[in-house]
Amino acid sequence: MTGNAASLAMSLAPMAPAMAHVAPAALASKPLLAVENVSLRFGGVKALSDVSFDIRAGEIRAIIGPNGAGKTSMLNCINGFYRPSSGHVALDGVRHRHLRPSLAARNGIARTFQNVALFKGMTTLDNIMTGRALKIRSSFLRQLVRHGAALREEIEHRRKVEEIIDFLEIQAIRKTPVGKLPYGLQKRVELGRALAMEPRLLLLDEPMAGMNLEEKEDMSRFIVEANQAFGTTITLIEHDIGVVMNLSDRIVVLNHGCKIADGTPEEVRCNPQVIDAYLGSGE
Amino acid sequence: MFYREAGHFRDNYQADMALFPIREDRIGVSLLLFAAFVAVPLLHLARIGPFSGDYLFNAILIPVLILSVAAIGLNVLVGYCGQISLGAGAFMGIGAYAAYNIAVRVPGMPLIGTFLLAGGVAAVAGVLFGIPSLRIKGLYLAVATLAAQFFFDWCFLRLGWVTNYTPSGSVSAPALVVFGWEADKPVERYLLVLTIAAAVAWGIANLVRGNIGRQWMATRDMDIAAEIIGIRPVEAKLTAFAVSSFILGLAGALWAFANLRSWEPYAFSIDRSFQLLFIVIIGGLGSIVGCFLGAAFIWLLPLVVEAVPRWLSIPISADAAANLTLAAFGVLILLTLIYEPHGLARVWSITKHKLRRWPFPY
Repeated sequence: MTGNAASLAMSLAPMAPAMAHVAPAALASKPLLAVENVSLRFGGVKALSDVSFDIRAGEIRAIIGPNGAGKTSMLNCINGFYRPSSGHVALDGVRHRHLRPSLAARNGIARTFQNVALFKGMTTLDNIMTGRALKIRSSFLRQLVRHGAALREEIEHRRKVEEIIDFLEIQAIRKTPVGKLPYGLQKRVELGRALAMEPRLLLLDEPMAGMNLEEKEDMSRFIVEANQAFGTTITLIEHDIGVVMNLSDRIVVLNHGCKIADGTPEEVRCNPQVIDAYLGSGE
Repeated sequence: MFYREAGHFRDNYQADMALFPIREDRIGVSLLLFAAFVAVPLLHLARIGPFSGDYLFNAILIPVLILSVAAIGLNVLVGYCGQISLGAGAFMGIGAYAAYNIAVRVPGMPLIGTFLLAGGVAAVAGVLFGIPSLRIKGLYLAVATLAAQFFFDWCFLRLGWVTNYTPSGSVSAPALVVFGWEADKPVERYLLVLTIAAAVAWGIANLVRGNIGRQWMATRDMDIAAEIIGIRPVEAKLTAFAVSSFILGLAGALWAFANLRSWEPYAFSIDRSFQLLFIVIIGGLGSIVGCFLGAAFIWLLPLVVEAVPRWLSIPISADAAANLTLAAFGVLILLTLIYEPHGLARVWSITKHKLRRWPFPY
């Protein structure tokens, strides 16, 4: 397993030159992404109000909060599905005014969804290969002929994808249409597709929702290894507090669209507002 | 037993990504190509059996091959990219009339150049009428493409210069000369059409296995997820419209030049669009083999419906035969949708699956 991860890390080295050997929480580094006073309004409903936090390169950042706290809305703002009503999302210090999902992808943001969003009619292999869409440079005519350079490029990407398939231990379902796969495996394929983009920032929306303990352990392992071996910065939403406390370097807590706490797992655990939000205040 | 994947070990990705990774498939396809390119013309020259006359070529092989090409074009759009279109006939018509105008107005233009330019004109029209697909989906898009059909029907009928001001509206194709070789006999036209059909099938099989094809299918299956991995829906949809219309235009030019020889606008009416959609649905959405199977099926069905009463010596009028064909079409399409929504291509893959396990049931 570690061998797989190491070889994958090596092959993906250009993307993360320095990160591969750095500890997961590169706490001194400057923020990869900064959320600055973001508010989001749908008509009269305030989904987010004045939320600010940052995501540092190399860390695992969790966003938690009770149902309806605005966690998914926050991710949607980060990768351009929603445009904040006010405030900004700055990537590498650059504020993008019209961030679209495809532009976010070009800037190295990958994402998985709460309810799996795979290409159901395609095989596992094709799904993950599609994740490399931005990296493939062959022109239309070369793809039409599919010889020489275009074929070599396709094989080169296939090799990268096979490394991800090995890493996620899904070799056996390579050529199965994903629509036929059980839910846990679909989640894994979706993670594979996101990893195939070689993202700098990986947004995971409830990667462990609906999984049993064993599947959760597998998924946690993949997340930690992706973070440590490839240096991918990870931001995840998760309801299983135990998992979040174990995995994350820092945690943001949202409640009713407002940030109520931000800090290391220990700080968040002891924060009285967080305890109130989850357990109800003792009035 | 006859056909199996077990025991075929591939030790490199190139072999695994080949068009036909299984040896039996490669042999079968080579035999089929050999039969089509060499055996059929030789049998014709030797005047053996049904290959002796021109009937087989004029009435079956040439139209089926051209319709297969057109169906591949429509399948790129509907089957691979998931954008429904009812305007396929119009894009064929654009190709036919563009080819006619190029041939009439640009003397000395080689035939292949004429066909490619005709495809190009259809592709431009396809992109223009594909723009609504960026905002609307499903049934609403079908209505927008229906508008394209009626608009171009009107153009072919009413714009004088399209038909070079022919008083009757009917136009005739020039001689088919390819690199100095005049393809005027049916068997020669058959070889020309066959070559183009094989080239189109091969090219599209390459495209759909590559990055562009994956972008089309991703847009079809889940456009939101396609966007988050960086695929621009605009690009994916418009390239699908362009490629689809290019092939439809090419098929239209072939239909006019190599099959009909002289034609009226009615040849590319909405009936043609529906015929192509039936071919694609019955053949199988998102399958290239299915296009050939579907075209053969749709084209042969009326011939069979007409011939069966004759074999059984049941007197039947031509009108009744025509109505019988329509009724049979309706029933077959309903049955396909109910029992095998993935079309003949799926039936074909199930057959292969059974052959692999024969004589055991599983």
